[in-house]
Amino acid sequence: MPIEVDGKVLETDEEGYLANINDWVPGVADVMAKEDGLELTDEHWDIINFLREYYEEYQIAPAVRVLTKAVGKKLGKDKGNSKYLYGLFPYGPGKQACRYAGLPKPTGCV
Amino acid sequence: MAKAEFEIPELKEYPEIPPIQPGAMAGTKPFTAKPEMQEALGFPGELVEDWHDRAIEAMGDLLGKYRSLQVFLDACVKCGSCTDKCHYYIGTTDPKNMPVARQDLLRKVYRRHFTFAGKYFPKLVGAEDLTEEVLEDWYSYFHQCSQCRRCSVFCPYGIDTAEISMAAREIMDRIGLGQKYCNEIIGKVFKVGNNLGLPGPALADTLEGLEEDVLDETGVEVKYPLDKKGAEILLVTPSADFFAEPHVDGLIGYGKVFHEAGADWTLSSKASEAANFGMFIGSYENMRKISLRIREAALELGVKRIVFGECGHAWRVAYSFLNTLAGPWDFLDPNYPVPQHICEYTYNILKEDEGKPDEEKTLKLDKSQNDDMVVTFHDSCNVARATRMGDKPGGQFTIPREVIKAACNNYVEMDPDTIHEKTFCCGGGGGLLTDDLMEVRVKGAMPRMQALNNAIEEHGVTNMAAICAICKAQFTKILPYYGMGMDMIVSVHQLISNALILTGQTTDEDEDDSAGDEDE
Repeated sequence: MPIEVDGKVLETDEEGYLANINDWVPGVADVMAKEDGLELTDEHWDIINFLREYYEEYQIAPAVRVLTKAVGKKLGKDKGNSKYLYGLFPYGPGKQACRYAGLPKPTGCV
Repeated sequence: MAKAEFEIPELKEYPEIPPIQPGAMAGTKPFTAKPEMQEALGFPGELVEDWHDRAIEAMGDLLGKYRSLQVFLDACVKCGSCTDKCHYYIGTTDPKNMPVARQDLLRKVYRRHFTFAGKYFPKLVGAEDLTEEVLEDWYSYFHQCSQCRRCSVFCPYGIDTAEISMAAREIMDRIGLGQKYCNEIIGKVFKVGNNLGLPGPALADTLEGLEEDVLDETGVEVKYPLDKKGAEILLVTPSADFFAEPHVDGLIGYGKVFHEAGADWTLSSKASEAANFGMFIGSYENMRKISLRIREAALELGVKRIVFGECGHAWRVAYSFLNTLAGPWDFLDPNYPVPQHICEYTYNILKEDEGKPDEEKTLKLDKSQNDDMVVTFHDSCNVARATRMGDKPGGQFTIPREVIKAACNNYVEMDPDTIHEKTFCCGGGGGLLTDDLMEVRVKGAMPRMQALNNAIEEHGVTNMAAICAICKAQFTKILPYYGMGMDMIVSVHQLISNALILTGQTTDEDEDDSAGDEDE
């Protein structure tokens, strides 16, 4: 189902991930979050921005451990765990946050 | 989380066979593969115009190749033994999820085209044409089978529904009707090297991160080498071990065991995946192509042994088919099994350590490190029913348990009807571990969840260990639907990792002592 962001219609796949990663603008995350009934805070954006930076360098979303470690370093050890991330992204940081960040869905036995 | 748009089955004290609800899961099916995903695997991009004839032709081809398929389609006497043995039937109550009914979806078309009676008197023998409706049923119900083979344990003829379901998926792939989850993933293995699509540099970065973490935690430099030429052992493990939890905790454990054993080992960026989804879609060609990466990596790196990490169906492909698919392995050290399971590797060290004084043991395990847990073990279907481990019958059951018990003081079993060869699938095996099949996964997990829940109530179980990446990912997702914590599921080598005191490791006690020294 396509989504409308800043007046532009963007293609998504069956599961709501952007069809073309280059279509991403920050508004994508806002629109997707709104559909899920979530209000994006600075804490959410910290994660989304990290995911995008990591993806740019490695062409893959970071492993859960890499993500929690990076969050722990940046925001303090109490936040460097998957519980904190699930608190922000209840459908799972790997999948929900990746979708908001415009990244493809991680596949495999994960 | 775990907001469900369907009814979650109730867990009971005793297993109950539910009354049937015809059509309960009709139309439940996974997303279909896109043309480019199909074509990358050598299949037509979309449903071909002459799909009916091509499907019958494909069935004939498979019947000629696999004698077992024809025997399984011929041998059923409708005794009913299998009807209440499938976790998907028990969880969904849809009678087409009874193994015999699932088989019959293919069998009726087989009879129509390949048996005398079915050709001339179809109604008398339950033979039917392959119509669009039948094809829809195939796509739906052959993707509600995790190929776990539990039904075959109870079938007096040993009919293996898994093989029928694999054949059905292969026929559908050949007419352009493939499943997105499996086929997209196989494409990634060919393109990037693993199911995740994790490129070499990301893998290297992840492994460096693990080395840092273990150093931080233990003060010991444990290495997780990648593409190390001339190493003795090649470890082939599911890519989920690099990515997900609790998988990665198992990988940390393998590395610690290798470190203490003084083994010269390596991972490979080319064979950075143990899984082989070619088996799930019944495609010999794709299964072979995936397996050959392991051979290439072993030759390029010049290793002498191959060890497989914790992955259920990978162990089936490795143990049962690897020699045919990618052998001969005459360049490896003949003193070791090809391949060997990581549990067997660890177990052999434990056996050698038996009776030695603590200071002389290779693996110094402090079981009390796991005293906060009461652990049970979930036998993964492919390991339990399609392989062995070690050199004794039943090793696939005893070896993982011995490894766990060496690391834990508190170990209990679940209901005997749900372990060993009677184990229930996690609900996500065989290519069903995808969000578009969440209802099938949640309902199919019910029998395992019920046995676990009873073990929690009777024995205070806190954690369930497994040796399969799919099981671990499935339980992480499914446990919360049944009101249990997602972190209940642990890797077997995670327990070893917790208990293993590395040579030169700084323990909490040391730190307390040094703090004490400062006080004095």
